[in-house]
Amino acid sequence: MKRLCVVVDDREVEENPYKPEMWRIVRRYPLTSDVNFFQMRAVDVDDLLKMDYRPGQFIMGSVLGEGEAPFSISSTPSRPGLMEFCIRKVGTLTESLFGLKENQTIGLRGPYGNGFPIEKMEGKDIMIIAGGLGVASLRSLLLYVLDNRDKFGNLVYLHGARTPGEMLFREEFMQLKERDDLNCLLTVDKDDTGQWTEREGVVTNLFKELGPVDAKNTYVAVCGPPVMYKYVIQQLVGLNIPKHQILMTLERRMKCGVGKCGHCAIEYLYTCMDGPVFTYWDVLHMKEIIGKGVSDNVIA
Amino acid sequence: MILKMKKEDLSAFLESAKEWGELWGPTRKGDKVAFEKVDALSQMDLKATRTIIPPKKFLYPPRFTMFDFDDGGYVERTGEVPNRILFGIHPCDTHGIQTMDKMFLEEYKDPYYAERREKTLLLGHSCIPDEKCMCSATDTEFIAEGFDLFFTDLKMFYLVWVGSSRGHDLVQMRPELFNRDIGKDDIINYTEYRSWKSSQFTSKVDFTGMPDIFELGYNSPVWDELAEKCLSCGQCTMVCPTCNCYNVVDEVELGTIDGTRDRFWDSCMFREYSVVAGGHNFRDRRADRLKLWYTHKLQAYIGEFGEPACVGCGRCVATCPVDINVVSVSKALKEQEVGK
Repeated sequence: MKRLCVVVDDREVEENPYKPEMWRIVRRYPLTSDVNFFQMRAVDVDDLLKMDYRPGQFIMGSVLGEGEAPFSISSTPSRPGLMEFCIRKVGTLTESLFGLKENQTIGLRGPYGNGFPIEKMEGKDIMIIAGGLGVASLRSLLLYVLDNRDKFGNLVYLHGARTPGEMLFREEFMQLKERDDLNCLLTVDKDDTGQWTEREGVVTNLFKELGPVDAKNTYVAVCGPPVMYKYVIQQLVGLNIPKHQILMTLERRMKCGVGKCGHCAIEYLYTCMDGPVFTYWDVLHMKEIIGKGVSDNVIA
Repeated sequence: MILKMKKEDLSAFLESAKEWGELWGPTRKGDKVAFEKVDALSQMDLKATRTIIPPKKFLYPPRFTMFDFDDGGYVERTGEVPNRILFGIHPCDTHGIQTMDKMFLEEYKDPYYAERREKTLLLGHSCIPDEKCMCSATDTEFIAEGFDLFFTDLKMFYLVWVGSSRGHDLVQMRPELFNRDIGKDDIINYTEYRSWKSSQFTSKVDFTGMPDIFELGYNSPVWDELAEKCLSCGQCTMVCPTCNCYNVVDEVELGTIDGTRDRFWDSCMFREYSVVAGGHNFRDRRADRLKLWYTHKLQAYIGEFGEPACVGCGRCVATCPVDINVVSVSKALKEQEVGK
């Protein structure tokens, strides 16, 4: 057969971006009735080294025969060696995932997405506001800031959950209250235990306790259930936090994570490539979201 | 590089080209036309305007296996693609392939697309617009790059554009069939051909200002009226040369955990397209799904790349069973009224 020259070098394929590598479940335990905490380690140490991520990024996780879905990373790159995820059982894939035992493997590829703009946030005051499962991605940012504490200004962590039993990482955050280098405020909608020592009420109630906020010098990261956004954003805008310094994480259906499959498109933006972290200013331009009120379409 | 070729030499040229790979071209199937594998030029219909499905199906098949898996992990499935020469690709479809290239060959290069692109030669051919063609409105009526060779039919002979080094290699297989003797008459001939082609369009569609019109009409009731008619069948996305969306599923062999990870064309017109785990659907309403597609083609893409993601091929016009297409939608948005 006649041979022709190849097209051009840049079409040479070095590696398959869709190929999951195998990771072992090192530790797995329940955080609440339907949310589990997973610690993973790459079977091949090279894959561990390649997984160089930043807070706010996500991975695509595969369970053999069940397909693939995006998951927020809950660990921080400042503590390398293991990756951590906080996963709620919501569908067939997560159901299979919850059926796996420690030492069994799953497929991971990534990290994907923009993550939080850490470089811009350095030197600024940081406010992190988590609701429900929103903590899955915000824990990464919180631990990162704590591990690099001298690079950031004041740190405020606000976390709301429905009940004490549903507060993810409750013990971990209770311990943070002992530290004097951050203001950690925890609240539950309703204390059904009678033993809750922290606040009761919605997360926006916590704003009253904040004291003066240096708005121009503050970056805020928000992630939580839809209903939370509307009220939190109102408060933040009321505090004069610049719209481009309010960071929110969007969730969309994804089949590739690398800008090809189309599912996560919002107008010309791809949640997987241009997000999942968007500023409130970005979101204001997304007619599809604004048309229905910010609250309806923004989920952890 | 532009060369000249006698029309009667095309057949011999393609015969030689077949040494490199399979020859595919537009063939008639009843009143429709489809790209089929052929033995010779005589089996092709070069007068045909548009094939049912654009040539994207060769670079990005409707369904294929990405990985085989077992408990050891995922193994890439590649290397099953034959060399193919696609003859008779029109300028609109070549523009469509360039859009696909942008999507699949830039950041995070898609190895499946890249392999097929590598093994496919694109031999373009000039065409005569019909009443559904609107490439003059999308500025895709002529093409300067993206093909390996492009044949412009000037009645007595072909002008042959050489668009890649592979195209040049192909010419070198039968150099005696090409010449560089382009004279005054040829230039006049070509100039006349261009004006003649441009004068053949009857479509009145005009996409200028569409981004603003989409922005202004975002909440227009026109979308709900269009949604009343839409069947959500997804044919518009299947026939669109710039639609690249896909879905991925794992297929498991009964009683084992061995299986394949398969990828197939998806459509944003389908109800499940934007459903996330837990069941929330970001685009539950048909109007929202229609809006997504048209906003993407005629507004968002222009915002990002300065040109619409419509190449004017007219396939949505020819295919949609209820007359929803780039022409009727842009008209409805401008006039704030759904036709018929």
